[in-house]
Amino acid sequence: MSTALQDPQITETPNYLNQEYGWKSWLFTKDHKRIAVLYIISITVMFFIGGIFASLIRIELLTPQGDLVNSDTYNKFFTMHGVVMVFFFLIPSIPATLGNFFLPMQIGAKDLAFPRINLLSWYIYIAGAAFALAAIVMGGVDTGWTFYTPFSSTYSNTFVITAAVGVFIAGFSSILTGLNFIVTVHKMRAPGMTWGRLPLFVWANYATSLIQVLGTPVVAITLALVGLERAFHIGIFDPAIGGDPILFQHMFWFYSHPAVYIMILPGMGVISELVTCFSRKGIFGYPFVAGSSLGIAIIGFLVWGHHMFVTGMSMYASLYFSLLTMLVAVPSAIKIFNWTATMFRGSISYETPMLYAFGFIGLFTIGGLTGLFLATLGVDVHVTDTYFVVAHFHYVMVGGMVLAYMGGMHFWWPKMTGRMYPEGWAKFAALLVFVGFNLTFFPQFITGYLGQPRRYHAYAPEFQVLNVMSTAGASVLAVGYIIPLIYFIYSLKYGPLAGPNPWKAKGLEWQTSSPPPTFNFETTPVVTEEAYAYAKESHVG
Amino acid sequence: MADTHSSAHGQSAVAEHEHSPYLRHHFDSMEQQFDSATLGMWVFLLTEIMFFGGMFGAYTVYRSLYPGAFASTSYYMNPAFGAMNTAVLIVSSLTMALAVRSARIGNQKLLQLFLILTMIFGAAFLVIKGFEYHEHWVDMKVPLIGHHWDYSEAPQFARQAQILFCFYFFMTGFHALHMVVGLGLMTTIFIMARKGTFSPSYFTPVEISGLYWHFVDIVWIFLFPLLYLIGRTKKLI
Amino acid sequence: MHEVPSVKTYVTIWAILTVMTFVTYYVAQIELGAWNIVVALLIAFFKMMLVILFFMNVKAESPLTKLFAGAGFFWMALLLGQFFVDYISRDWMPAGKMW
Repeated sequence: MSTALQDPQITETPNYLNQEYGWKSWLFTKDHKRIAVLYIISITVMFFIGGIFASLIRIELLTPQGDLVNSDTYNKFFTMHGVVMVFFFLIPSIPATLGNFFLPMQIGAKDLAFPRINLLSWYIYIAGAAFALAAIVMGGVDTGWTFYTPFSSTYSNTFVITAAVGVFIAGFSSILTGLNFIVTVHKMRAPGMTWGRLPLFVWANYATSLIQVLGTPVVAITLALVGLERAFHIGIFDPAIGGDPILFQHMFWFYSHPAVYIMILPGMGVISELVTCFSRKGIFGYPFVAGSSLGIAIIGFLVWGHHMFVTGMSMYASLYFSLLTMLVAVPSAIKIFNWTATMFRGSISYETPMLYAFGFIGLFTIGGLTGLFLATLGVDVHVTDTYFVVAHFHYVMVGGMVLAYMGGMHFWWPKMTGRMYPEGWAKFAALLVFVGFNLTFFPQFITGYLGQPRRYHAYAPEFQVLNVMSTAGASVLAVGYIIPLIYFIYSLKYGPLAGPNPWKAKGLEWQTSSPPPTFNFETTPVVTEEAYAYAKESHVG
Repeated sequence: MADTHSSAHGQSAVAEHEHSPYLRHHFDSMEQQFDSATLGMWVFLLTEIMFFGGMFGAYTVYRSLYPGAFASTSYYMNPAFGAMNTAVLIVSSLTMALAVRSARIGNQKLLQLFLILTMIFGAAFLVIKGFEYHEHWVDMKVPLIGHHWDYSEAPQFARQAQILFCFYFFMTGFHALHMVVGLGLMTTIFIMARKGTFSPSYFTPVEISGLYWHFVDIVWIFLFPLLYLIGRTKKLI
Repeated sequence: MHEVPSVKTYVTIWAILTVMTFVTYYVAQIELGAWNIVVALLIAFFKMMLVILFFMNVKAESPLTKLFAGAGFFWMALLLGQFFVDYISRDWMPAGKMW
């Protein structure tokens, strides 16, 4: 399928990239597309930093003995891996990058509602990341990304406050992004762009924004209390003075569970875009897919106790949370069914974005189902704090979210940059990611079920074979991540020109040039057709 | 951005170039801009409700766990100060609402007057708070600062009362911080008003600052009974 | 934009709020047992509604604004309520019989 338009005039049309040059035009920009690019660069850096810690963890776990580093250092490895990956990669990832870039375009707007607040959110993110990196450089934190008290508030000798400040600050970046999206979707849709015609990517980001706005402040105050407790030696969460560590967990997980939906919902939005485009078919059950995003957002606030089944919460509360956790799987499953139904009798093509979408659907299903195992009280007692949990959340976060992010980046790369990436290398990298990922994390389901605990730098010798497999998989996965980094950068200069719509996709963002002009559209579009209005046509190319 | 000004408007809008100088170009109309700004402020207040809500939640949990210790702490609160502060804030909300109203109808003098009054009442609130905090300091009831803590009147509650006093200081402290930010906002709005920025067609900053100010008032409306009034009838055991 | 409430409305609301402040202050001096907290919170809720509906003009605002204003308090209730699902039920199990 030839997508290269070798028209030299394309590169000279004014677009958001060449309109102004110089560092000031980037660092003081109000253009949501440039801010998205700033975010892409920043979160990629943080992703690789988090990846370095993951590598260190996997290298230590090659042998059953704790022989690479001592346990305190190992505690720092998994803490920093978690803190960086959760708060500085996963939470911002799709909303701040693809969401920032495409949400305004998909609704036909010239920019987000509050462009300066958008830029501010990036600066706040950088400030938070600076604190997190400072904590790493100064010696790290060893509490786990969950900062459980009283270890984090009283007994840890590491840079907890620095890290907590970094997370606190990054939380405000997340809140501002969410606020911006909510107001934008309500107030800035183009004429004819009714709620029922919104692309599902917009619905997904809207639901995500609701969670960001409602949940993040609670983790902010929780970490503030931990920091104050550490600084002033008072006992809010310290049992010795009557504090309740379980209260910390309630407050922490009130946000951190919905946080995982902040991470996955935008990914699901991307998958809706990919599945429809590469099946040349409208989405099956649009109202259900849109509604399930809202359903996940709301029910997601009713389930956090499933992280606390064995820590001391009352059994009746455990029953309550277990039941509701079963319920939250329903809207996720609805999406899986609807994507599958969309592909049925569609005209499917296997470009790289679609490969990532396939990967997502399979791996997220496994991750989601194992979540149900964990929601079942009896099973959870057996597998909690083992590698089963680690495997579960990596299946949804990496097998789900990261694959969706990669799929989205490949899908929208030609639009953002005007260039195509090399399809052959991209398919190869996608295959490496899929194989590497499964080799890394499937053995962890097994070792976890058999009893290997998480957050330990040593394990029983009978688990070594599976752990070696896991580390081997991680190496393959790492290569799978590095290859796109290289070819994306390469494509900026040497990739073939893409033209406005290389995928022949529906959606307002494809109606404008690649890269888009600064104000997105020459004239404000008027929307007359439903979303994903793909006619039954033979696959082009 | 000067070069792109006309190109941003496109051919059709050249004739309609007479729009308010305060219309930002990604908006189509002043009304859209105003509606977006107010919705944005409401979403922000939503985050503030959850921020304070987390603290209220934790505080409520501890109150329910330690009713005796809690009852003993209210002995040291000064409800007269608290009530005075409540009254002061309510008046400031009135003057703030009148300020927004003045902006809507274009009365510049009244707008400035009511803004100044709002700031005076806000400052009065902080001064009264200062007196209160000073009283607590003198009574050795500030567990945050080293060990400035003496609970010898009811030693059996000393440890749990520490937690409750911490929450008292955090909740009123974060509230006071929001008041200070509010005063900063008012100062900015006042300066803009002096320059004649506001008119019936553009008073958005006044409106959204008003929303923020009323919200801070509402937080205090709940803090006052919870921290000062409940448990007052119990004898200090 | 919306109609502007009159000065009289604002001053009346202010007067009610101030009176309610006195009421809540004096009722707190009377021993009512568990009802003290109920009365105090009810009065606070009532004052809050007055500020929201009139000073913040939500009464004249769009349903969307009303939805967002209400959502905040609903979410706070979700937080508090679910905390107490745990704390209230902790005593229900006889000690020593958990797990």
